[in-house]
Amino acid sequence: MKIGFSLHATLVAVAMVALLSSGASAQQPLKIGLIVPMTGPFASTGKQVDAAVNLYLAEHGDVVAGRKIEVLLRDDTGIAPETTKRLAQELITNDHAEIIAGFGLTPLAFAAAPVATEAKTPMVVMAAGTLVIPQKSPYIVRTSFALPQQTAPIALWAAKHGMKKVYTLVTEYGPGIDAETTFKTVFTASGGTVDGARVPLHNPDYAPFIQRAKDDKPDAVFIFVPSGEGSAVMKQFAERGLAKAGIKLIGTGDVVDDDILDSMGDSALGTITSHFYSAAHPSAENKAFVAAFEKANGGMRPNFMAVGGYDGMALIYQVLKKTGGSADGDKFIAAAEGLSWTSPRGKITIDPETRDVVQDVYLRKVERVNGHLYNVEFDRVRDVHPDGK
Amino acid sequence: MLTVLFDGIATGALLFMLALGLSVTLGIMNFVNLAHGAFAMLGGYVAVVLLKGWGVPLLWCLPAAFLISAAVGMVLERTLYSRLYGASPLDQVLFTIGIVFASMAMASYFMGAQHQIIQLPPFLGGQFHVFAGFDVGVYRLFLIVVCGLIALLLHIMLTRTRFGSQLRASVDNARVARGMGIDVDRLFAITFAVGSGLAGLAGALGIEILDLDPTFPVKFMVYFLIVVAVGGTGTLGGPLAASLVLGICDVAGKYYISEVGAFIIYTVMVVMLIVRPQGLFGRPAVR
Repeated sequence: MKIGFSLHATLVAVAMVALLSSGASAQQPLKIGLIVPMTGPFASTGKQVDAAVNLYLAEHGDVVAGRKIEVLLRDDTGIAPETTKRLAQELITNDHAEIIAGFGLTPLAFAAAPVATEAKTPMVVMAAGTLVIPQKSPYIVRTSFALPQQTAPIALWAAKHGMKKVYTLVTEYGPGIDAETTFKTVFTASGGTVDGARVPLHNPDYAPFIQRAKDDKPDAVFIFVPSGEGSAVMKQFAERGLAKAGIKLIGTGDVVDDDILDSMGDSALGTITSHFYSAAHPSAENKAFVAAFEKANGGMRPNFMAVGGYDGMALIYQVLKKTGGSADGDKFIAAAEGLSWTSPRGKITIDPETRDVVQDVYLRKVERVNGHLYNVEFDRVRDVHPDGK
Repeated sequence: MLTVLFDGIATGALLFMLALGLSVTLGIMNFVNLAHGAFAMLGGYVAVVLLKGWGVPLLWCLPAAFLISAAVGMVLERTLYSRLYGASPLDQVLFTIGIVFASMAMASYFMGAQHQIIQLPPFLGGQFHVFAGFDVGVYRLFLIVVCGLIALLLHIMLTRTRFGSQLRASVDNARVARGMGIDVDRLFAITFAVGSGLAGLAGALGIEILDLDPTFPVKFMVYFLIVVAVGGTGTLGGPLAASLVLGICDVAGKYYISEVGAFIIYTVMVVMLIVRPQGLFGRPAVR
């Protein structure tokens, strides 16, 4: 009897230990590896995304579906894809990150994609904008934008408003080429002609390119440059008197990035762009977002990178609620597909086919509002797909 | 066409001022100072802080950038550089590249990684139209005038003053100059400070054109080295001609053949070095 009792007790004890430990694993913190450029020429992107992620955590608490969220921030310097790849590997294997997120520029997202595929880890792209990014891994879902989506509306607008000849000036890497191709396709289909040049991504010098654009005598210059580069372009545009020569400046919203728009001065006034986000978007959600963001970051204005990061966290939280706290790659992606919510930018939907965003794209004009420069929206195209259709 | 030429000359003038100090230090002491760009960056940031933080007018920021860079150059020369004069080139390169990285880290810590943007005073902004196909940017014209005046001043200093003749003697043959009783070390300290100051001044002038950010010393190191390699050391004419050729080729290359524009300067360097390995005006090395 005695032996039987002790055996019974042991079994109970073992069962209890097993129960406890399984309970403990459900309570383990969920680590999100956030890889963005925090130094180097594209540091503004990283700062914006990081600030937005922190704001989301502050507003929504750091526990979702019973799991505590921990964000591990890593700086990939923005110009070294091999660093991004290494950081993604380290985060997943050493730090046991269950989700990787961020990715400031296209080459960086490309570098991390195979890591996500191999580890079956969900990869939330919060910034980079080349169309094909989500195709690089079945575990990618994007909450920012795709360049063709941002470009097609301004191309149509330009054609509709009497422009016949446009000079395109884009940065020579994925998104720039996407923007150039889309603009050319849409604008020539409407009967216009397009000429253009590409500026190198590293150490750009815009002066000769802008001069060339001016000498080409187009109706408008269409510009795409990475977030943070807009002011250098704007300066040359003003100095070389393109506006005086009757040449308009149009582009995607990247060139009049909210983060630096106010420092560009009057030369930016009147620039017309199409984009998914403006800090001046007149919705209650956005007003609350901008106010909270500026308060938490010493007056820094959120730009489209910030809203991409904020919505990336919104996506992760909603998915974890659906999966009961599991970040298993296949479950995560299945839960993300078709999600739709109202973000500071307006309505956003994750397209189940492409795992990319479907959203409204706005036409905006730079105006002075209460003494500061803003992109004021004057028209919108509803539910634009990533490929611009 | 003329606009492109003009922009090229402006870029060249700026490069000349940036690289001049390096050419002199290399010429006299045979010291490879890769950290030269750090002094240019320092001048740029001094101007940015004064201009944006304290509201000092741009024209006063320029001498301040010169003086502060020169002072820092002098201090570093006396405390650090002077220890390495006899050292092997490898030690010198490692030491100065270390300074480059330290300066970059400090710049991004104190000033942030973003490009610095300044607003020019209105009388320096814009372009004026000379005739069809030729527009002159006011700021670039200002650059050319300032650089031209400084080159003239330096030329007079080198050829007409006692200091200048001592300097030329030291460049030609430091050992004999020392034997003749010239205090080469003092000469070098002064020249180093002036060279650093000029780099600082050029850094401040170049904020508008060269994109000032913490990667500046590395970004433009190649340009300085090309100017020195092509122009030869120890003269004014060599670096001046090399800078102008480089500036014009760079701008024209980007304008006319934008696909390969960024590579033009390297091609120019290779060709020039094949044709004249001793530099444009340099004499074959006698050492």
